[in-house]
Amino acid sequence: MDYFKVEDLCISFGGLKAVNNVAFNVEKNSIFSIIGPNGSGKTTIFNMISGIYKPDLGRIVFAGENLVGLTPDRIARRGVARTFQNIELFSNATVMDNLLLGRHIHMKTGVFTGAFLWGRGSRAAREEIRNREIVEGIIDFLDLQSVRNHFVASLPYGKRKLVEVGRALAVEPKILLLDEPSAGMNTEEKQDLNIWIKDIQAECDVTILLIEHDMNMIMGISDRIFAINHGEKIMEGLPQEVQSHPEVIKAYLGEER
Amino acid sequence: MDMKRDYYEDIRLFNSGVVLFWTVALMLVLFTLPLYAPNYYVYLLNIIMVHIILAVGLNILVGSTGQISLGHAGFFAIGAYGTALLMAKLQIPFVVALLAAAFIAAFFGFILGLPALRLEGPYLAIASLGFGLTITHIIGGVDLFGGRMGVKVPPLDLGISQLGVSWVLKTDFQKYYLILIITILMVVGARNILKTRVGRSFVAIRDSDIAAEVIGVNLTIYKTLAFAVSAFYAGIAGGLFGFILGFFDPFTFNMILSIIFLVMVVVGGLGTVSGGIMGACLITYLQYDLLKNIGEVPYFGAFMVTISQLWFTTVGLENFSSMAIGLIMIGIIIFEPLGMFGIWIRMKKYWMTWPF
Repeated sequence: MDYFKVEDLCISFGGLKAVNNVAFNVEKNSIFSIIGPNGSGKTTIFNMISGIYKPDLGRIVFAGENLVGLTPDRIARRGVARTFQNIELFSNATVMDNLLLGRHIHMKTGVFTGAFLWGRGSRAAREEIRNREIVEGIIDFLDLQSVRNHFVASLPYGKRKLVEVGRALAVEPKILLLDEPSAGMNTEEKQDLNIWIKDIQAECDVTILLIEHDMNMIMGISDRIFAINHGEKIMEGLPQEVQSHPEVIKAYLGEER
Repeated sequence: MDMKRDYYEDIRLFNSGVVLFWTVALMLVLFTLPLYAPNYYVYLLNIIMVHIILAVGLNILVGSTGQISLGHAGFFAIGAYGTALLMAKLQIPFVVALLAAAFIAAFFGFILGLPALRLEGPYLAIASLGFGLTITHIIGGVDLFGGRMGVKVPPLDLGISQLGVSWVLKTDFQKYYLILIITILMVVGARNILKTRVGRSFVAIRDSDIAAEVIGVNLTIYKTLAFAVSAFYAGIAGGLFGFILGFFDPFTFNMILSIIFLVMVVVGGLGTVSGGIMGACLITYLQYDLLKNIGEVPYFGAFMVTISQLWFTTVGLENFSSMAIGLIMIGIIIFEPLGMFGIWIRMKKYWMTWPF
């Protein structure tokens, strides 16, 4: 039942309570969206889940294990991958290398095995080839063939967002955190992304946590929605319930006087 | 024609027949060079190759991982002293002593990597600078290491004295082949490291350490590993350098040397193996040959001597090489931030698209 859950999560920066007593439950293989106005603490929640911030209070439980206190790389090894709102790619590496970096935790090559990459039969080469095949699958899936060997720094914004999604997929996550994946994309790209996210959920056996501002997208693909404002929960429920909830409308559109 | 049919083609050493052809040609030249080059140039080539090993290693740290080090002369010294003393005092065979010294250097690299977890940019530069200075001071103060009098390097014996096998390399000509083979192994090794998982993690740390952590790269391990690998290269280079010199003291490994190493990497091109090689070739050649003998160049040389004596230094050309190398460094940073590697890429592009 409790596949992934967050309990009493609190964090404050100085005097600001960025996230206060947030709790939610995510079911396996569902799409769970977090919405809220700018600065309401959505990304902070993601940063706490992936270990970049350490919460002052609360627990983040995934498959029966508390993730709080683990370093980001250990959390990644537990199967949590994410994308960033402001794109954190390795910009002086090619798309291929970025995706291969996503395979990091699935590979074993160390300095010595790596240095002795002598020919096709060597251990490093065999592992490299195996993982390149997997990455090639992701490139195919996200339609990135045309930019496969381009440097990330030279790509347009929308493509970079996709590469980041691809890198997170390469980790083969069980929990995928997508932080505003559609920001900066045009309508067509957003539609594609919509389909991809559904495909990812269907094919990759992954639970998706999504932060998004595009309401059309949110309402279309979310299984449950969690609304947050000023670091506190407004409500949680099905898309239709959230859409018509007065507090949510107030947070987004303001109050009538 | 450029169609790839196999994933291995992305990582193999020679990615086209042209590259293979030129590599074979270069190897032929390198392996026959001492047969017709004057002995002085063989000596110079030995030094260049040692510097290539070091620059390639330093480039892994500075170029690929994005960590600066101004203390590489320290690792260089550890390699030189370690190899020479292990062979002279403990009668350890050459290959074992060289590797042991390099691993000692790598261990010290790991130690220097620990503060690097917290320090960045100029702070790290100062910490590593302090490390480089400290190493030579400690060596200078310990009698076991020869103190300020320095160390006389034992003969370069490839055999194992315990078994009674002996194969002493005496001349620069003989040492050339040993150093050449080790250099090729080290350079190919560096290229392989950078092409596989560990090298990619280094680049990831340079470009975005937060993203690197989030995909599972352990910053503590990989940052210290970058220092250790780089120090290992410096250790191997130092061990070989000792045999070229025959004698060295703590002042051989001064701070200026550390800076020259950094210049090689920056001038050659940060973050690429070939950049390190090109930088080491150019700077070593300039420092050891051209700039030392610039006074003998007709007209221009005399002119430079006059200028140098007028404004820069009273001793003529003594300090000229440091100044010239500084100027080259400034020029490269302003006009060609990618270094000689960038010039090479542009030349290649020009010829590939010629005549357009």
